[in-house]
Amino acid sequence: MRVEVHLWSGLRSLTGGLEKVSVEAASTGELLAALARDYPQLAPVIEAGVSVAVDGRIIASSLTEPLGPDNEIYLMQRLKGG
Amino acid sequence: MALDDHKNTDFKFIGTRPDRPDGLDKVTGRARFGADAYAPGMLHGAIVRSPHAHARIVRIDTTAAEALEGVKAVVTRADFAADLSGEFGFVLENVMAGEKALYDGHAVAAVAASSALIARDAAKLVQVVYEILPHVTDVDAAMAADAPVLNDTYADATVPAGLHPNVVRYHDSGHGDVEAGFAAADLIVEDSFKTEATHQGYIEPHACLATLGNDGKGELWCTTQGHWIAQKTCAALVGIDTSQLRVTASEIGGGFGGKTTVFIEPVALALSRKANRPVKIVMNRSEVFRATGPTSSTSMDVKIGMMKDGTITAAQGVFRLQGGAFPGAPMEFSAMCAFAPYNLENVKQIGYDVISNRPKQAAYRAPGAPMASFAVESVIDDLCKQLGLDPIEVRLKNASREGTKASYGPRFQRIGLVETLEAAKTHPHYTAPLKPGQGRGVSCGFWFNHGGETSVSLALSEDGTCQISVGTPDIGGSRASMALMAAEVLGIAYENFRVTVADTATLGYNDVSHGSRVTYASGLATIKAAQDAVAKLCKRAAAKWGIPEDAVYWEDGFAKPSGANAGNFDPIPLAEITKDMGSTGGPISGHFEATPEGAGVSFGTHIVDAEVDPETGKTAVVRYTVIQDAGKAIHPTYVEGQFQGGAAQGIGWALNEEYIYGEDGRLQNSIFLDYRVPVASDLPMIDTVIVEVPNPGHPYGVRGVGETGIVPPLAAIANAVSAAAGVRLRHLPMSPPRILRALKAQASEG
Repeated sequence: MRVEVHLWSGLRSLTGGLEKVSVEAASTGELLAALARDYPQLAPVIEAGVSVAVDGRIIASSLTEPLGPDNEIYLMQRLKGG
Repeated sequence: MALDDHKNTDFKFIGTRPDRPDGLDKVTGRARFGADAYAPGMLHGAIVRSPHAHARIVRIDTTAAEALEGVKAVVTRADFAADLSGEFGFVLENVMAGEKALYDGHAVAAVAASSALIARDAAKLVQVVYEILPHVTDVDAAMAADAPVLNDTYADATVPAGLHPNVVRYHDSGHGDVEAGFAAADLIVEDSFKTEATHQGYIEPHACLATLGNDGKGELWCTTQGHWIAQKTCAALVGIDTSQLRVTASEIGGGFGGKTTVFIEPVALALSRKANRPVKIVMNRSEVFRATGPTSSTSMDVKIGMMKDGTITAAQGVFRLQGGAFPGAPMEFSAMCAFAPYNLENVKQIGYDVISNRPKQAAYRAPGAPMASFAVESVIDDLCKQLGLDPIEVRLKNASREGTKASYGPRFQRIGLVETLEAAKTHPHYTAPLKPGQGRGVSCGFWFNHGGETSVSLALSEDGTCQISVGTPDIGGSRASMALMAAEVLGIAYENFRVTVADTATLGYNDVSHGSRVTYASGLATIKAAQDAVAKLCKRAAAKWGIPEDAVYWEDGFAKPSGANAGNFDPIPLAEITKDMGSTGGPISGHFEATPEGAGVSFGTHIVDAEVDPETGKTAVVRYTVIQDAGKAIHPTYVEGQFQGGAAQGIGWALNEEYIYGEDGRLQNSIFLDYRVPVASDLPMIDTVIVEVPNPGHPYGVRGVGETGIVPPLAAIANAVSAAAGVRLRHLPMSPPRILRALKAQASEG
């Protein structure tokens, strides 16, 4: 299934200016793999570490969180703390 | 059991305030901290550090040092792994300089000798020939076109073309149309702010004891917030397999984010390998200041538009963070946390990560957020003053709520900001009279919180007591919190638990004690491990009664038949089941390993009264109240302690603490006599109010509290000081000279 992903605008220059992209994915892992495949310029950023927000719940590292077409999905900076 | 089965129920143990299990050890000196490790034949290490802010290393001659009697090994960069890239590459470059020394205090070589004194003497005999290069230590100067370039390969793909190579990462986020929002405002305030780098100021310096043989097997004892990441990083830097390095975390004398990486540990390992002896290294305070992570210093511009009724119509911020010699300044978190407390239709935030000739910044409680909050909440305070509006009412009017689209994009789940503001509004502090010369400030703050990889084992003993093994160093009273949560599940007394921070060889991987994650994630894992043990206890009872497992339930420390249909049996207490466990199926343990992803975000609101002496510029904080959403306070005394600690550190950051660099690029205040942290007489009683809006992602609603408490203080204090002084303070710390300059400038402006 296709899901929509919001990108923070610092990443938009890496997707030809797109604010939102649509990829084929059923989990967070598939999402990141699809983004890196479909938008190769995003690959180094994803490799360096990102989090995914799904309906406001921030997924810091799990690649197995299920996704559906109705989810609000944001690609975010990998969270850590002090 | 579903995640939220226990939410909003009455607890027997959660929320009580028993004595901390490690308290006696720590007040009697029995606890073993980083420098308390010794080994037979141990050597002492000392590090040779650059006296220059930026210099090419032309040659290092170790001959004289090696010739000194008692010296057993000298290492340089050549003694570490080659060809590391990415984060490990940056850590190695920071641990031991390669081609260039990038800041005053950068390690360039190290020696191991039979005594600490000989090691220090030998370090002075290492001859380093430098070619001194131009340097830059200020964030704005480092972005200027003519700034010296530290490294022209560090910038990543996010950096727009045309920026100086010292800008190594870029963030740009937001939504709506800020220009349209500003056009709709009745008043716009636009201002610029600066903050100076501050150190986490932990009382215990970095210390470690390492052994590493030529067979690639090693052991490391160190003070750290995360011994698994220390294991992984150190193994990579010295070129051995991760599992062959066993790391034990000592007790820790404070970390606050500054002990989430390694500095001396790989050096001790490399020296040990070369000397074939254990090597101990303990930093002195000057080394801690010169070569471990302070925060980023910042330069920020904030613009906010507001209508006469207090509605914010648009907000934008630019956050430039100086992160030292390597990428990683937390500018994304500055940008993402800056406006998070507010429900904004039009918002834009930009962040720059800028390298300079300073030590690499390290996390410091909610990295990046306190500085951004200082700038944003100062501008909101100005808007309220100019429009004659109550600062709490304005914050309530614009507050983020469940379902609000956060300034960084996603919608909030259940959050408790409004509850903290309501509590602030009705707190006696908010309406208490002020004396002449005093001012009151308020501020809100936000932090994400974090889950992370977590493993817990829980083993029952034959006498019915319990040992819990966690992998997260106890930096805030987590032993007590884990025991309380396990007691709640098992239904036996808190005193029946012993919680141990396990080493890397005895438990699965654990993420660092950071991100306010321990009570949340290790707590969740402890609950799950205890539930796993309970299931096994029920199974033993079922076998004894000869009934199905699912016909037994657990309550208050007893296995009970689930009803008349299950049979008429007397409840069996836990100790009676464990007494015979060796002969009824073997030891009973519970386990849980996972990466919990339900960490709930957290908000706080602070109220501060400050008094400024116009003659000397000295500020006294005379009253302070912290109000914060904890989700659920497992051990309220520790939650209050985290609130008070954040406020105390914030007072230091706001009023006195700063890294001061000379024109030569060298740190001028590298001891506590010159770098002034608050002492008891600088602090008022810090009142606390715990708000509890449960986090839906934790069985008991825990959010984690360690970091949010340091986000609002800088702004709240700045607003109080500005009100007391009658002039807006835009540069932290608000030390007496800066306040006097501001008063003088205001007087000269008439």
